[in-house]
Amino acid sequence: MNRPVEILGFSVNGKPKTLPVNPSRRLSEVLREDLNLRGTKVGCDAGDCGACTVLVDGVPVCACLTPAAQVAGCDVSTVEGLGNTALQQSFLRHGAAQCGICIPGMLMAATALLAENPKPTRLEAEEALGGVLCRCTGYAKIIDAVLDTQPGATPAAPLPGQAVGSRLERLDGVPKVMGTEVFGADYAPEKTLLVRALRAPDAPMTFTFGDIVAWCEQQAGAVQVFTAADIPGENRFGTIPAFADQPALADSHTRLRGEAVALVAGDPTVVEMLNLESFPVTWVKTDDTTVHANRPDNILITGRVCRGDAEAALARASHVAETHIETPYIEHAYIEPEAGVAWMEGDTLVIQACTQAPIMDRDETAKILGLPTERLRIIPAATGGGFGSKLDVSLQPLIGLVALKTGRPARMIYNRAESMASTTKRHPAKMTGRIGTDASGYVTGMVFDGDFNTGAYASWGPTVAGRVPVHASGPYFMPHYHAEARAIHSFQPSSGAFRGFGVPQAAIVQETLFDDLAEKTGIDRLEFRRINALRDGQSTVCGQQLGGIGISACLEALHSPWHKALKRVAEKNISGGPIRHGAGLASCWYGCGNTGLPNPSTIRVGITTEGQLCLHQGATDIGQGANTVITQICADAVGLPVDQFTLISPDTALTPDCGKTSASRQTFVTGKAALRAGQALRAKILGLSNMGPDAHVSLGNGVLTVTDGKGARHIDLSDIAPDPNGYAIAAEETYDPPTSPLDENGQGAPYAVYGYGAQIAEVAVDTELGTVRVTRITAAHDLGHVINPLLAEGQVEGGIAQGLGMALMEDYIPGRTENLHDYLIPTTGDMPEIKTLFIEVPDPEGPMGAKGLGEHVLIPTAPAILNAIRHACGARITRLPALPHRVLAAIREATK
Amino acid sequence: MAVYYRPHTLDDALGFLAETPATVTAGCTDLFPATRRRALEGPILDITGISALRGITKAPDHIRIGANTRWSDIIRADLQPAFDMLKQAAVEVGSVQIQNAGTLAGNICNASPAADGVPCLLALNAIVEIASAKGARTLPLTDFITGVRQTALAPDEIVTALLVPTPDGQSRFLKLGARKYLVISIAMVAARLVTDSGHVTSAAVAVGACSAVATRLPTLEKALTGRRIDASLTTCATGALIAEDLSPIDDIRADAAYRTHAATQLIRRALNDLADQTTGAAA
Repeated sequence: MNRPVEILGFSVNGKPKTLPVNPSRRLSEVLREDLNLRGTKVGCDAGDCGACTVLVDGVPVCACLTPAAQVAGCDVSTVEGLGNTALQQSFLRHGAAQCGICIPGMLMAATALLAENPKPTRLEAEEALGGVLCRCTGYAKIIDAVLDTQPGATPAAPLPGQAVGSRLERLDGVPKVMGTEVFGADYAPEKTLLVRALRAPDAPMTFTFGDIVAWCEQQAGAVQVFTAADIPGENRFGTIPAFADQPALADSHTRLRGEAVALVAGDPTVVEMLNLESFPVTWVKTDDTTVHANRPDNILITGRVCRGDAEAALARASHVAETHIETPYIEHAYIEPEAGVAWMEGDTLVIQACTQAPIMDRDETAKILGLPTERLRIIPAATGGGFGSKLDVSLQPLIGLVALKTGRPARMIYNRAESMASTTKRHPAKMTGRIGTDASGYVTGMVFDGDFNTGAYASWGPTVAGRVPVHASGPYFMPHYHAEARAIHSFQPSSGAFRGFGVPQAAIVQETLFDDLAEKTGIDRLEFRRINALRDGQSTVCGQQLGGIGISACLEALHSPWHKALKRVAEKNISGGPIRHGAGLASCWYGCGNTGLPNPSTIRVGITTEGQLCLHQGATDIGQGANTVITQICADAVGLPVDQFTLISPDTALTPDCGKTSASRQTFVTGKAALRAGQALRAKILGLSNMGPDAHVSLGNGVLTVTDGKGARHIDLSDIAPDPNGYAIAAEETYDPPTSPLDENGQGAPYAVYGYGAQIAEVAVDTELGTVRVTRITAAHDLGHVINPLLAEGQVEGGIAQGLGMALMEDYIPGRTENLHDYLIPTTGDMPEIKTLFIEVPDPEGPMGAKGLGEHVLIPTAPAILNAIRHACGARITRLPALPHRVLAAIREATK
Repeated sequence: MAVYYRPHTLDDALGFLAETPATVTAGCTDLFPATRRRALEGPILDITGISALRGITKAPDHIRIGANTRWSDIIRADLQPAFDMLKQAAVEVGSVQIQNAGTLAGNICNASPAADGVPCLLALNAIVEIASAKGARTLPLTDFITGVRQTALAPDEIVTALLVPTPDGQSRFLKLGARKYLVISIAMVAARLVTDSGHVTSAAVAVGACSAVATRLPTLEKALTGRRIDASLTTCATGALIAEDLSPIDDIRADAAYRTHAATQLIRRALNDLADQTTGAAA
């Protein structure tokens, strides 16, 4: 008879291991927690994401679905055993890793494929990797990397002053492909307590606790319980201080299913086994309809932009089109569920967790825990995808509370279900829109009205309500405009920030209406957009006059691809049959940075007396590439090569505030701070050498050498007394975009810089089944100045994947789709070929002319796909996602 | 803490199960997703150590698929065209990782309405071989799965194999989902036609994810029998005829009416493909 804990003998990466283990324990846990091999990631514990893929005797399986007993006598291969293969090098070269959380699973699945089939086709690679989900990349670069493992020539490092614009491999890429990156769940000091949360099964509910002390005593080992009563500070947080309304631990009643009400902490072996179902709590469902007593009609806020007289313009218009669009909750579905660890260093609480906003985490957590901010240090862990949701604090105050109260390190790892239930979502929207044109097809006015379900707590609801009316016009000139967006509370998941802050939903209204109007006016759909595109000198709907508007250039760039696409789909349709092909088009614009509010970034760069060049880069890199892009900008500003820079990554104790990674602001705002800091450092160096601005600067052996045509000067850094930060020469610069708050009509200058883009989608619709396959996307995006084309392409491809998911499959239903097999995101097999065209219309304000990109890329995708579906078969999809049964119903409606 | 037993012989497994009520498992691809814990709970009988239960063996009158046979074993096996549909189903099960762990027997024991293997096995007239310490028995698959996640298996019994009476004909499987890989079916069909001289001599058509238990379509099968193999075959497959044998539900993936419609379309395509294959082969 086998015993509950038996000695397991197996080998890992060829090394024999013998350890006592529960035979039914997941292999993923044995590897990560018992053997400290945390290169293998856990994303779902259900075989849905493949992040935990390992090879058992060469065969890829999900470690989360493999009981330890089944590997007895086997060899298990993990990412740690790969060494440094051509495959890993190829991943780096191709920019295949963004956040990196899926990469170990991808590498192991690809290793198994290549062992059997060294020269796979693209389809074979997609099949082999079809079981590993990635939310960042759109898969294209991952598949490219698998197909191109022959060691290529190492690209030459860019020369000093030429880093910007080069296809530089990401500077933080090596740990991502070696499996050594430390994500939120990958670090636990000795004797760390494991913390689990008791969560509300439904909402709204009231609850009362029973005898918690007695319950603790019944458990197999010592456990401690913490509730709202234990919170030393103000039990209330929220990303926007004026709207802070969310308790870290709910007190007496809950507003959302999945809300934490108590924490249980103890030794991991005890806490893992706890049955939280037995926790002494009594729940009573209530029939409350008011979510927050101080917000009448459950309205959190209404955003409004009003210019001219839109109703009168529509009354006069030659053509008017109208639509009503509904979109569902959309889940961020990063592959890394929230995780982190907190510990005490003296009287300072240190929290290392995945995040997009370390300073906000610090300030909010400090308030909840009643600590001065100096006693709280946030070290962002590598973040396995964020897309907006990891802007809000999740477990930071919870593990902070336990560490503070017990003095012991405390660790929490959300499971997939609690991550999905308790964190923010994209706002479900119910929107109506009307747009009118004159007889020539020029847009004369637009009216937009939207209800955005903001869920239980404010989170970023005010930002969504603010951004939507500003952007619902699209990048077009609209002399008369009225747009209103309301954020409305419900007892449902909090809707917060998700790539685009409501703009992707609103763009569907405007861009599908544009196809109606193009049809009514008899104008080609691209031409219709071109004649209405916003131009320099014209006012936006906020009355702002912009320079460097790039939408026309994007549409021009799509002229030839558009006509080729139309020809291609027409040719495919000649043969008839149930598969109908179509092409669709949509544009985007998006303001970078906070809406009419300050959002400064500060960059410090210095050279130590030993000659080490250090960049304090506080912009959290959640995979989008800030570590690399900011360094490129700074390097060129200083005039020294990128590979001489030592990066000091975000840490509230080490890096000045670079704000949050949101609103597509880091390349623009932090980039500009880096540009200024680099320029300031260069000016100091030139000043010390008394040389002109064109002099060449080099650094080696603790000496700066400055040369010009006439001669050379040497600055021995060890001769200079260091500043309090230890630098012989240093510069620190802050940049805050010039904006102005919007007035009561939404008029003002909400953003200093906008980015622009347009995409063509080509689809094949199966008119008998209602299924849609996107066959190609051509994306033209104006970046102002492309800092790193390799990383920028990755942003475009990844954004398109999320837009495709939004259009065709993503639908979060609270309590029903809290896993990654009912909540579907695109796999390798769902992605089309993507052709990216970069446009550079320099922005007068952006660093070196650069504009933001991160959120823009997803905005046009869904409307372009919907427009292509309609072009293919006449089906108008007004409720997303376009699931097969909805498409089929829409086809029938169209052919009535 | 739970008992976990992984014997090497069937006798040991049956002896254990006679005394200890336990969850019988192989690939664990359904058991682990059902728990958020880091280990499986309850007494577990893991049959993957019983090597005699893995693999596909050919007897004169049937083919035996051992209970430990993985989906990936099916994909790699050399089998006659009647099994093409089962191979086509196997490559659409979850992902490569799932196919390497999950077993066909586990798929039927889990008895999900959307089990990918069941329509194919129904269309192959599969018989389930069952053993307990008291002896062995067999049941047609149609009698084995009794409802949503319910089977006729007694607590002390193990499925040891699936027996497929030597099957004839050509076969086709089609699955419809909202994405390419890692997807649960909205509807799926398995069709097998046995033909002689250009006519259908017997037809086996089954539909999954459109009723509590995947089901054969006897009305349609009868209508197909005797017909010429050509493109006109698909005209038999009318929605009305097919709807008779289905009882689909509305859920997050699709509504009931759509499911019936989709099943009809998939059947027509499967029949069309089989007609093409057969006439192509004859030509």
